[in-house]
Amino acid sequence: MASTQGNRRTKRIDGTARRGVALHAGLVLGVLLSAFPFYWAVIMSTHTSSEIFSYPPKLLPGTHFPENLRSLFDNIDFFGSMFNSLLVAGTVTFLVLFFDSLAAFVFAKFAFPGKRLLFVLLMFIFMVPAQLQAIPQFVIMAKLGWIGSMTALIVPAAANAFGIFWMRQYMKGAIHDELLDASRIDGAHFLRQYWHVALPVVRPGLAFLGIFTFMGQWNDYAWPLIALTNPDNVTLQVALSQLNGTHGTTDYGMVMTGALLALVPLLIVFAIGARQMIGDLAKGAIK
Amino acid sequence: MAALPTLEKPPAALADLPVGRPRTGWRKYWHLYAAISPFYLLFLCFGLIPVGFSLYLSFHRWDGLGSMEWAGLSQYRYLLSDTEFWSSIGTTIVIWALATFPMIFLAMVTAVMLNSAVRFKNLYRVAYFLPNVTSVVAIAIIFGSVFSTNFGLVNAFLQAVGFDQIAWLNTPWGIRIAIATLMTWQWTGYNAIIFLAGLQTVPGELYEAARMDGAGPVQTFFRITLPMMRPVLLFVLVVSTVTGLQSFSEPQVLLQNTSNDSTFSGGPGHAGRTMVLYFFQQTFDNNDFGYGAAVAWGIFLVVVLFSIINWRLVQRRGED
Repeated sequence: MASTQGNRRTKRIDGTARRGVALHAGLVLGVLLSAFPFYWAVIMSTHTSSEIFSYPPKLLPGTHFPENLRSLFDNIDFFGSMFNSLLVAGTVTFLVLFFDSLAAFVFAKFAFPGKRLLFVLLMFIFMVPAQLQAIPQFVIMAKLGWIGSMTALIVPAAANAFGIFWMRQYMKGAIHDELLDASRIDGAHFLRQYWHVALPVVRPGLAFLGIFTFMGQWNDYAWPLIALTNPDNVTLQVALSQLNGTHGTTDYGMVMTGALLALVPLLIVFAIGARQMIGDLAKGAIK
Repeated sequence: MAALPTLEKPPAALADLPVGRPRTGWRKYWHLYAAISPFYLLFLCFGLIPVGFSLYLSFHRWDGLGSMEWAGLSQYRYLLSDTEFWSSIGTTIVIWALATFPMIFLAMVTAVMLNSAVRFKNLYRVAYFLPNVTSVVAIAIIFGSVFSTNFGLVNAFLQAVGFDQIAWLNTPWGIRIAIATLMTWQWTGYNAIIFLAGLQTVPGELYEAARMDGAGPVQTFFRITLPMMRPVLLFVLVVSTVTGLQSFSEPQVLLQNTSNDSTFSGGPGHAGRTMVLYFFQQTFDNNDFGYGAAVAWGIFLVVVLFSIINWRLVQRRGED
């Protein structure tokens, strides 16, 4: 190792260059592994089942996408269930953003009796596991007559402890007390302070919460599976899984087409918010 | 920074200012309570009452329709001797371990690579995060085809290099490996981003000092990076324990049509029946709501215990 000075320097330069190439080769390999299942789904959605069954496997796109699309639409009410998913995910996201940020504003910037206790309770709620609530929620929903309707999905999700906690942390840093004091002296009442002073400042935090809420709702599977008992009135994820259950061995091309199309709205939301989200995660995840 | 209060106040705002006796107590704070009340009302109806009710339910026999019947501790006693429940715990832990250890290793390697990459940084981050954005249902369907016995990609590859095909979704270990692979694929990038956030908090001087002392990259990693990353590692481990031990959608979608008796059966021989799948099977297939509630409390206990054990293990290693 310890040779002459010049020798060592050339070795180091060679080493860094080689390491740079290896680094990007490793990273690209990881990206390929991340992307491969998506690619594979695209391939399968463009072939007939018999082509899919053939050996060696097809690794390039075929020509049967339109046929697969048609049998997908024949087998499930794709746009109907997609509409249900959009309705639920959109409404929940809107309600969560409103209720969570309003509550977070109060916890971050105001003093009132019982605040500490209520906040500790909030953090405790954060940790209660979901399946402990599944049976009673089902029973309560049944008593209310909500089973089978979108209400059963929307109402319980309309506000959550995680969102309040997240927005509170964000607001504590982002909203300056002087700004609030100034608006108070100007005579702005509480809702006005929330709407005109707090919300504009915390827009990045809201974007992050909104994207995560939308994705969580769009991808939720267990609760809609139980709560939406009428097979004609389900969300996209449940409709997809029905497709897999009944037709999984017969028409993979069609199932893949459905799985792929179900990802499109998510990818659009992600594409819009990715920069915001990744930036926020990388900065704010560890505190 | 703060805007100065304007001297010319609009008369309307002036009229709004409280005059006379100061407001106290509830009248002074009512708007604050009103603002936080939606969450607490929802929590009361769909959180607190359900949790209390599930405790009550676990001491009763109930099919969801008829009248409840007091069962005392008998369901918990049955739970302790229920070999199917115990085997579902084993299954869950095996799948969790098969997924988590490769995942943490790969995520760490990816994070270190991302941290030293200068170009395309954001592009890589988005690409690595993508698997976590997708729905488990769609991904389970796709992985079901990749691991399919007759025309799956994995078997085609095995055949091409001269090995025998494996009936992945028909053998106990095949099922577990398939589920674990799916989970690893979905969470590695997410955790790599979290690790990356942790890596960026490590002061650069530490690395410089190590380089001056002649430490190689491996030595630097184990002597500096890993110790500094312990809090982040702890976070990742606890989160993946809590989510991994409650896995449901992955095995349910992947295995729902591989067995005839129930969509919650976890495949042939129940090899992929996790704790939560077992909970669903007892509750909604057998309509045994009372026992289902007892199973749910059992799962809760296992998750808490396991999280504490993990926490302790990582912390203790941190002390020496």
